[in-house]
Formats: sequence, C-alpha cells, structure tokens
Amino acid sequence: MLAILGIDTSCDESAAGIVVDGRFLRSNVIASQIAVHRAYGGVVPEVASRAHLTSLPPVLIRALEEAGLSYADLGAVAVTQGPGLVGALLVGVAAAKALAYALKIPLIPVHHLLGHLYSCWLARPDLSFPAVCLVASGGHTSLLLWEDHLRVTVVGRTRDDAAGEAFDKVARYLGLPYPGGPALEELAREGDPRAFSFPRAWLEPETLDFSFSGLKTAVVNCCRRLEASGRSLPLADVAASFQAAVVEVLVEKTARAMHTFRGSTLALAGGVAANESLRQSLAARASAEGWDLVVPPRELCTDNGAMVAAAGYFLYRGGRYGDVFLEAVPALRLEDFLPPFFPGAIVDKSGR
Amino acid sequence: MWQVVVDSAAATVELGRSLGELLANGDIILLSGGLGSGKTTLTQGIAVGLGVGEPVTSPSFTLVHEYAGRLPLYHLDLYRLDPEAVWELGLVEYFGRGVVVVEWPERLGALLPREHLWVDLQPGAEENERLVWWRAKGSRHRRLLKELRCRCASWALKRQVGP
Repeated sequence: MLAILGIDTSCDESAAGIVVDGRFLRSNVIASQIAVHRAYGGVVPEVASRAHLTSLPPVLIRALEEAGLSYADLGAVAVTQGPGLVGALLVGVAAAKALAYALKIPLIPVHHLLGHLYSCWLARPDLSFPAVCLVASGGHTSLLLWEDHLRVTVVGRTRDDAAGEAFDKVARYLGLPYPGGPALEELAREGDPRAFSFPRAWLEPETLDFSFSGLKTAVVNCCRRLEASGRSLPLADVAASFQAAVVEVLVEKTARAMHTFRGSTLALAGGVAANESLRQSLAARASAEGWDLVVPPRELCTDNGAMVAAAGYFLYRGGRYGDVFLEAVPALRLEDFLPPFFPGAIVDKSGR
Repeated sequence: MWQVVVDSAAATVELGRSLGELLANGDIILLSGGLGSGKTTLTQGIAVGLGVGEPVTSPSFTLVHEYAGRLPLYHLDLYRLDPEAVWELGLVEYFGRGVVVVEWPERLGALLPREHLWVDLQPGAEENERLVWWRAKGSRHRRLLKELRCRCASWALKRQVGP
C-alpha cells in the first residue's frame, strides 16, 4: 500500500487529500477562501497567500484524520508546483518540502493541469486510453490528449481569456456577486439562450485553440446598445445567451479533438465542469457519438489535494522526484514539465 | 496628447505591433479602459512587435505573465488590487526591467511610475471602433510617442486627431 498526501495551494483553496495506490480516495479536504475574497470581488493574491499560511496546517491534519492515517503511514508527498499564483504556490511547496524532509519520504512535484486530469482517473480508475480531457477553470481552458499515464499533450488552449475568467468578467459586468460563474449560471436558468446571438470564435478550421475575449466584448457592446436605447437589460437572457455561446464552442472543439485523435474516453475537469449546462451538452454529444464520458463529482472538479495525490502516484512510479531545492513555478508549462520524449508510459501502463 | 481611431481588433493588434517594434529596455506602457476595450488585444500586438513567439493570454487571474522576446515583456493586470496590495506583492519592482505593460494602472495610485506612456482605450461610435488616447510622461516616452506617430502616419492608419 502506498499512501500519498497531495497538496494544492495554486489559487484560493488550501487543499490536501490522501490517495492510496493512485486510485483509492481516502480523504479530500478543502478550506475554501471564498468568504475572504468576496469582499474584493475576486481572488486577491496577497490575501490568498496569507490565508494559506493559516488554513493549510489544519487542512493537512484533517486530511490525515479523515483517512485514518498518521504521518508515518505516508509513502510520499505530492504538491502542485505550478502554474498558479506564486505567493500561494510557495506555501504548499514549502509545506510539502518540510514534510518530505522530516518524514524522509519522496517529494513529488505535480503540474496543476495533470492534477485536474487525474481527478478524472479518481472518478473512473479504469478509463480507457486514449482520452481527451477538457480542463476549464478560472485560469485555464485547455484540451489535453491523454494517451497513457504521463503521456499527456496539450492539443488546444485559450489564446486570451480562460472560460471561467470570461464567466467571472461577464458576471461582474452584469453586477453579479463573486464567485461569478455559479451566479451567472443561476441567472441563465431563467433566461432564453437564443435571445441574443453572440459570436462563437472558431478561429482557423484546423485549430483546437479557444478565444473568449471577443465574446466578452460582444456582451459588453450588446449591453451598451440596449442601455443607449433606454431599455432595461434583460439580464437573464444575456446570461443565458452568453453561456450558450461558451458551451457550444467548448463542446464542439472537444468533439473535434475526440475525432482527430480517435479518443475513446471524453473527460471533463476544472471548476467550469461544475456548470450544469456544459455537463448536459457534453453528455448528449458523448452519447450520440458513443463515447465514454467521465465527469468527476463536484468536489473533485474544483482545485483539490486528492487529484494531486493521484497524479503524484504515477509520477512517483516514473521516478519523478523533487528535492529540497524545489521551487514554485508560476508559469510552469506542461510541455516543460512532461517533455514529449519522457518515457513515462513504459514505466506504468496498468495503473495498478 | 494624441488620439488615433482604430476600427477593428486587427487594427488594434497592428497598432500594438508598431509600438512593440519601437520599445526599448525600461519602457513602461500603462493601459486603461473598461472591460472589453482591447487592452489585452493591444498587448498581443506589442508582444508581436517585440518578437514574442507565443500567444499572450489574459493575466487577470494570474496577475503577471512573462514573455521572452527581443526584450523581456512583463504583462501585469492589476484589476483586483489596490495600491497597498500592489506594494506588498512587490509588483513595482518590475518597473525599469525589460518592457512592462500594465492593465488597470489606476490601481497603482501613488505608485505610478514618474515616466511612462499612458494609453487610454475608449469605445468609439461604431461597435468595433476604439478611440486610443496617448499621453507620454518624461523625455524618453515623449520621444517614443513621437516615433510612433511618425510610424502611424506612414501606414495610413485611421483618422488621427491632435496637435
């Protein structure tokens, strides 16, 4: 039995979780800082960094208690090295280094996107490769081709705003409370998604990249026009039409990636995966195409420690250890973290 | 003070590229304007002009993005901050290194660098039209703005207003 403690402090959640043998979730504790940030209307990094300092230690203890384990039972400690807010990341990295050093166990640096990918693995530890995973959150919108453990390639990414960021900015423009995504989704429920036809940015025919900046501008222009004409803003219709535009592009590009790479499993991860409209649209598309759809439960979609522990297990099997000199890398790129030539796949194909 | 009118996102990128090609080490570009006014689009153009090979994405969530071009480019977004947070995060230390582009410079308050090029993007009469106002502080940024105006005169930009 190999129990791995995973720590994630990349943004506004202090999170720790314990996963055994890369698939059995034993605990997953998140101390959300949303209440702290609501006053600022978003994540304020300095606040995030300070709050991690006080909230992470009790989260670590809770994670052990809920798993029924003690520090001595841990086989390794995995931590998100990047990307994220530097001040927030380094609290987790420092904690992980201290634990690994004191317990004399391996330290495993994990790329945040790889963590999101393995939230899908935790939800379905026998999913069949190749898989295509859409990771959509406040900081990311990426399409990942997942051919095997540690064989992951970014095949599409946003060229401007992340999907979650577009949700947050439009929500704020419409005067909705933080966090903007869930508030906007709630409002959209009462609106007509066909009331306004907002642009879908398909970009070049071949690309799997995304762009949400133009959509954001279109929403602002539309609202300005309505206001100039003296009409009151049909907020729910604007929200529903905006959401429909985001969801359509996300689903269509993900489907394209599935066709291009002949994927057998379609996976969805990241905070935006909590969006019901996106889940339903992807589910409908997957069942029409005969794809296996994996959507982790909500507590695994947001940033969490269990996903880092699960990803850490396969990195551990690949011998990817860090040391006491490990540094947080706020702009860590997946292709630098997992170079294409890295022979990780031959180390572990079974996942057991 | 100088004003230029661009009629599309592509023209905004082109304007940014012209500026990017002229930038020197230590230049500071401050971009103000509302949501969706084209601040990040202009920065994408600046990056192209600096020879940055990768796409410039919004730093709203992550605060600072760094790019390696002909000169290092630091792209800051202070949307969610106040001057105290800017100070505590040490963000003013970027000023004077490479090229620094700051979105939402209003958040700098008293930390505003003395020499800079201030760019204000306002919505125009048409939907995709933007009025871009330029104001330079200090001799090097005044020289930079003058060079940019010469440049833009030659590529028959849109309408230009100003003395």
